[in-house]
Amino acid sequence: MSDRALSGNAPSDAMISVRDLVKHFDVSATLLNRLLEGGEKQFVKAVDGVSFDIPRGRTFSVVGESGCGKSTVARLVVGLYTPTDGSISFEGTDIASLKTRRQMAPLRRRLQMIFQDPYASLNPRWRVGDIVAEPIRFHRLLDDDKAVQRRVGELLEQVRLSPQDGLKYPHEFSGGQRQRISIARALASNPEFLVCDEPTSALDVSVQAQILNLMRDLQRELDLTYLFISHDLAVVYHISDYVGVMYLGRLVEWGEAREIFERPQHPYTQMLLDAIPDLEMSGRPRIPVAGEVPSPISPPSGCHFHPRCPLANERCKTEVPQPLKSRSGQVRCHAFEEDRLPEMRQHVRKTED
Amino acid sequence: MSDAKKPPLLDVRNLRIEFPTRRGTLVAVDDISFQIAEGEVLGVVGESGAGKSLTGTSIIGLLEPPGRIAAGEIYLEGRRIDNLDDDALRKIRGREIGMVFQDPLTSLNPLYTVGEQLVETIQTHTKLGDKAARQRALDLLSEVGIPSPERRIDQYPHQFSGGMRQRVVIALALCVNPRLVIADEPTTALDVSIQAQIIKLLQRLCRDHGAAVMLITHDMGVIAETADRVAVMYAGRIAEVGPVQEVIKHAKHPYTEGLMGSIPMVGRRLDRLTQIEGSMPRLTEIPSGCAFHPRCPKAFDRCPKERPELIPTGDVEVACWLYDEAPAKAVGDE
Repeated sequence: MSDRALSGNAPSDAMISVRDLVKHFDVSATLLNRLLEGGEKQFVKAVDGVSFDIPRGRTFSVVGESGCGKSTVARLVVGLYTPTDGSISFEGTDIASLKTRRQMAPLRRRLQMIFQDPYASLNPRWRVGDIVAEPIRFHRLLDDDKAVQRRVGELLEQVRLSPQDGLKYPHEFSGGQRQRISIARALASNPEFLVCDEPTSALDVSVQAQILNLMRDLQRELDLTYLFISHDLAVVYHISDYVGVMYLGRLVEWGEAREIFERPQHPYTQMLLDAIPDLEMSGRPRIPVAGEVPSPISPPSGCHFHPRCPLANERCKTEVPQPLKSRSGQVRCHAFEEDRLPEMRQHVRKTED
Repeated sequence: MSDAKKPPLLDVRNLRIEFPTRRGTLVAVDDISFQIAEGEVLGVVGESGAGKSLTGTSIIGLLEPPGRIAAGEIYLEGRRIDNLDDDALRKIRGREIGMVFQDPLTSLNPLYTVGEQLVETIQTHTKLGDKAARQRALDLLSEVGIPSPERRIDQYPHQFSGGMRQRVVIALALCVNPRLVIADEPTTALDVSIQAQIIKLLQRLCRDHGAAVMLITHDMGVIAETADRVAVMYAGRIAEVGPVQEVIKHAKHPYTEGLMGSIPMVGRRLDRLTQIEGSMPRLTEIPSGCAFHPRCPKAFDRCPKERPELIPTGDVEVACWLYDEAPAKAVGDE
């Protein structure tokens, strides 16, 4: 199942298929300053060749530390940014090829986004009912105003709020309830694909549990596909079918969630897993990750992770590791290729193709 | 009681924090008592609005008006500190109680170099000369793991990354060897990998300097890694307090139990997380009796009527009527 879903070439049942996605941001000084001070053009390679597929009805999570480019991936996939290079195809349609809003509109209906901060993503001057009705009106899904109201009531009930809440304003709700409103709005246009950028990071744990449960229920009821962006490995473990670990613009490892968490291959994944506080108090020894994420403006040469990696050698400093097939996905690591990974974590690798 | 010999380092008794507003007085922290022993790490955990940060700021006298301590007493090494004037408090702050806040960028002054801020703090509380104070600052910076401190000491906060800034803040908090460090969400603004480094650092330094820590956080994982004892707060009250192992592994209070169940954990594959129904009550409408009763799956007739105090049960103390020995019917499924 997983091999078919995540194999190299875009399989027909992948809902979203991202290939060699690249996004560079120009962070140079202004032209005048460059002329006067003689600086060069500078780019942040926020996303630097990312590929993945998400099968319909499944959840793919991108996990990484701040500045690794995970939110940029989310914004590229929903079309808020135009990719510098690479392709994103949504059931065979290349999103990047749609230039105008009019061309984009039919796709827009089918893919929606939930943002991190439910305080910033809802217009404080609009009633909740209008916020939720906006996508219905924009896409002209229903003409009759009564029908719109009825649909808004249904949507609010779907996210476990009451239809009467439509008359209130966002400030009357708590953070968790606001996130429910965001979800109701996202669902209003009957999307098939939701991009969720850290949807629970601003919430308390007990509220987070409510939202994660709700998202899971909705996924089943409506056969939704999720791209889930998070820095929280425990949340990712809970919600994902597939996980991609991102470091400085590149996916260093991806595959089935269970595989990644049980048998992490890339040293960075192993370190991230080691860094999770131990709630079960098993007393397992932890190796804290040394160093910090370098600046994405001038990332280290070769494998970006080499300055922090305990297994780095000369080759890691110069040569960019290419994706290699692992048990359930891919890994970009020279140590993996050269069989230098520590004994305990090594496992039988399938033959490479 | 053990105060026959030596008083605990910090002793908070019946603390009550109020906010007078036009629509009446809001009680944010309601009659809580706890102690911290010398060298002990007490974790204070709870969700937003539980009153954990207010408890911390009230101890160091930094409660922002109109918030005020309406009742209760706070003792540091047997000396009452909640009724001191500003001057006396200022001497305690930094000298005897150090602080680490969540956002290192707001607790450092952007207009001064890191060295100037360290030296100023050191000289405020000690009689060290300029040279000696600078040397002490350098030692501190290398102690908190900042590479090439000779160069970094003359840099400004914005030249440091988030994790490095938090190290500087920890250096500031520890620069005159305080007896107690109050750390309010010290790792919340940091990435997971940096978080682990900072926790280890805080733990090691406090042990080396013999400082006790009051660690305020919403993150049970951080508590599990760091604290000796933990107090779980809900709606301005302590729901449960005891040794970390006990509270985390055998949560007694239904709120703690729900909270633990709602945390996603790597290795615990669940279809659904345990859900605590409803939401935190607003300060204006704290339920009667046990504040948790409207959300509690085990609530019974006594809960809305009487407010439970902390009841000793084994090694822990729980504010829950389920653990009251007196009425036999209360002992349910435990």
